[in-house]
Amino acid sequence: MSATSTPSAPAFVAKTKGGRITNFVDERVGGSGMLREFGRKVFPDHWSFMFGEVALYSFVILLLSGTFLTFFFDPSMAETHYQGSYTPLKNVEMSVAYSSSLDISFDVRGGLFMRQVHHWSALLFVASVSVHMLRVFFTGAFRKPREMNWVVGSVLLILSMAAGFTGYSLPDDLLSGNGLRIIDGVIKSIPVIGTYISFFLFGGEFPGTMVIGRLYMLHILLVPALILLMIVMHLFMVVVHKHTQYPGPGRNDGNVVGYPLGPVYAAKAGGFFFIVFGVVALMAGFFTINPIWNYGPYDPSPVSAGTQPDWYIGFVDGALRLMPGTIGNWSVEQVWFGQVFSFNVLLPALVPAGILFTVMFMYPWIERWITKDGREHHVLDRPRNAPTRTAIGMAGFVWYCVMWAAAGSDLIATHFHVSLNDVTYWLRALFFIGPVIAFIVTKRVALALQRKDREIALHGRETGRIVRLPHGEFIEVHAPLDEYKRYKLVGFESPSPLPAEPNANGVVDKKEKRRAKLSQWFFEDRVAPATPAELEAAHGHHGAHEAIESGDTQKTLSR
Amino acid sequence: MGNHSDGSPNHSGTVARAGQNEVEKFQDPGLPPHRLRLADTDPKAAKRAERQVALLFGTSVVGTLIFLVAYFAIDLGDDTGIATIRLQNMLLGLGTAFAMLGIGTGIVHWAKALMPDHEVSEERHAIRTEEDRQAAVRIVDDIAEETGIKRRPLIRNTLLGAVALAPLPALAIFGDLGPRPDNTLAHTMWAPQDGKLKRLTRDPDGTPIKAADVTIGSAFHVIPDGLNELHEGKLNEKAKSVVLLMRLNPEELHPSPGREDWAYNGIVAYSKICTHVGCPVALYEQQTHHLLCPCHQSTFDLTQQCKVIFGPASRPLPQLPIAVDSEGYLVATSDFHEPVGPSYWEREQHVRNINA
Repeated sequence: MSATSTPSAPAFVAKTKGGRITNFVDERVGGSGMLREFGRKVFPDHWSFMFGEVALYSFVILLLSGTFLTFFFDPSMAETHYQGSYTPLKNVEMSVAYSSSLDISFDVRGGLFMRQVHHWSALLFVASVSVHMLRVFFTGAFRKPREMNWVVGSVLLILSMAAGFTGYSLPDDLLSGNGLRIIDGVIKSIPVIGTYISFFLFGGEFPGTMVIGRLYMLHILLVPALILLMIVMHLFMVVVHKHTQYPGPGRNDGNVVGYPLGPVYAAKAGGFFFIVFGVVALMAGFFTINPIWNYGPYDPSPVSAGTQPDWYIGFVDGALRLMPGTIGNWSVEQVWFGQVFSFNVLLPALVPAGILFTVMFMYPWIERWITKDGREHHVLDRPRNAPTRTAIGMAGFVWYCVMWAAAGSDLIATHFHVSLNDVTYWLRALFFIGPVIAFIVTKRVALALQRKDREIALHGRETGRIVRLPHGEFIEVHAPLDEYKRYKLVGFESPSPLPAEPNANGVVDKKEKRRAKLSQWFFEDRVAPATPAELEAAHGHHGAHEAIESGDTQKTLSR
Repeated sequence: MGNHSDGSPNHSGTVARAGQNEVEKFQDPGLPPHRLRLADTDPKAAKRAERQVALLFGTSVVGTLIFLVAYFAIDLGDDTGIATIRLQNMLLGLGTAFAMLGIGTGIVHWAKALMPDHEVSEERHAIRTEEDRQAAVRIVDDIAEETGIKRRPLIRNTLLGAVALAPLPALAIFGDLGPRPDNTLAHTMWAPQDGKLKRLTRDPDGTPIKAADVTIGSAFHVIPDGLNELHEGKLNEKAKSVVLLMRLNPEELHPSPGREDWAYNGIVAYSKICTHVGCPVALYEQQTHHLLCPCHQSTFDLTQQCKVIFGPASRPLPQLPIAVDSEGYLVATSDFHEPVGPSYWEREQHVRNINA
């Protein structure tokens, strides 16, 4: 076949050595085609798009620093007596895992630095994934066609927390041991199979001698492999969908406006990796994180006051703290049919997290059903232009934050010199009313910002110049916006509630009625974008003033 | 018209009603005109930016050198103090930060100041075209037809059955991850061994405690005699058997019927493992006689047999019945009368078995 189908053009011969190598590879993998496809691919630019990049880069840093740590860490729970160079713990009985963690910190040059890089970037990883998801939620980037990528992102959030927790437990210090103890207690509260799961996880009774080795395997193999798989899927879908963009002049659902991948975007994104690494290195160099040598080896008897989990587990721990175990003399834990139902542990451990994650996973479909919006969206919403969605998001966020704050209830009490019990009572109340307040306030703020946008679009921005008119009236001169700035304020959709529609059989069923009610709730409060007719009217209204001032106004505008 | 807010809260003329937004909209004016940067027009500014980028890259080289010097010049011998390690850690961090930030900020500055900053617009294409969809449907139909899976339900159903069952061994093979719980959780080391009552000893050194040593208001962290001599499963036993020992005025204790002889002279012993999720209840408030768990703040009242008075725990801490032996040392007269620590599904049966 090759002999007969010789191309008419002469075969390309590279002139330089580098060129020949490139050509060799290109002929075998088809790199030219890929470069042609991706080399100039356009990416929109915005600071809020960087959270996802931070997540990706901190994961790369985690892989690099984690690999270094595995060369020195020994996940054995066998007993040993510490012989390293940290004198306060000399000859203390401890597990090999804890001892090797101390060795990494004190006897391996740069080991402490790598441990701190690893821990800080782990905290940063979960944080950036979370903030990235908030950005995606509040800008409506999860809408069609990106619903599945939102789900992949949610899975990544759970995986990042799993990676964090399995890693947190590995040094087998007092703090992480107590963390495992709490996990054990939560697992045991699961009806029917809880005791078995606990025994299977720990290889017998808590703490046993197996759990660190098992968590280690999960931490360095299974969870990172899954994260990597999810990241590949995530980025693949980003390429398929192309990136979303913020609304503005020249941007619509049919195009993507931004910088080409090569050189500008690649340089910015690539350079940003080094910046993230640099910031993590600064934190690792200057701020101690997880000083395991202060905690001592795990022992089921001692515990220090003011213990905190890593931040991303805080909301579950806080929920555990908020739940009352007894209400008056009535015990929340119940014995039914001779079996124990530990609702005081089970409910706070599973229900809030369950609600948060279920709503998070399903939200794209919930909103899609309410709004009946099946169109593709590539232009983002400014959060104020989707007041109800923004309010829902803030309600969830505040709910999460109340639980998260509860994980530090003892520290709040000691730092602000208030009663621990009062802190708990207040947080219990906020657990219920906090999200409601957040919803109402956020919605009002969003609508107010929309009104402000309208004002500015119709009457221009305030210049701060007060002018006295010939007949004595004082006015402040407003400078009208140029059409590009104005379009940013008026170029959005403001859907109205969608009344119930009959289905194929011509019947308006119950579900559809419910949907219509939700649609009413979702869209009834809204501020429509200003229209050209309104602008015309506004100008007529102020025409007299502007005629006088138009000359100056033009000058102040062109700054 | 005048359909704009005049700023008064009661007069929000801007809230549009259904259908009102269907009136004409502003037209998209297109991309704003490109604005040139200083470096685009002024060769001097461009040259300056170039020097800045090179300077940033140079900083990175300095950072790398700092790292290498800190790594090789500071030696971690056997007697290095924590101050030396802190210093090295700080310099390694500083070096890495300079090395990375130098490269990162240099590249970003290069991109922002010198590379073309024209925004370009690219068309989006349909993720799926109707033509592709039809072709895909044809292919799937052909495949299904060639396998004959619709015409031969016997094959399909047996395959489904086989595939549904095949993963079961993959589950079963994990059966040896742990032993069956049975009633291991119901017993602790406190049970008398060979008729000999276990002494209460100090945690962690294991010296026995004389009743006379326990003054009013004092508290002891207690482990059972013989725990330190265990070679296997020491932590497992410790996790169940740690106890707090306190002495109150005997009048302040209010023992329920059947528990009158569980204390000795106002000395009481309670399990230190929280009944919530198992943290050690390590904080004793001497004045109020409250025990507080530092993990989730469950609070137990000693004067009411460690009843829960605050927090997420639901059950009182189990009490260890104690007495004094012939030499005056405190001993446990029996094991706990209920399993210690967090609740679990089978706990109630274990309570009944213990007290049967």
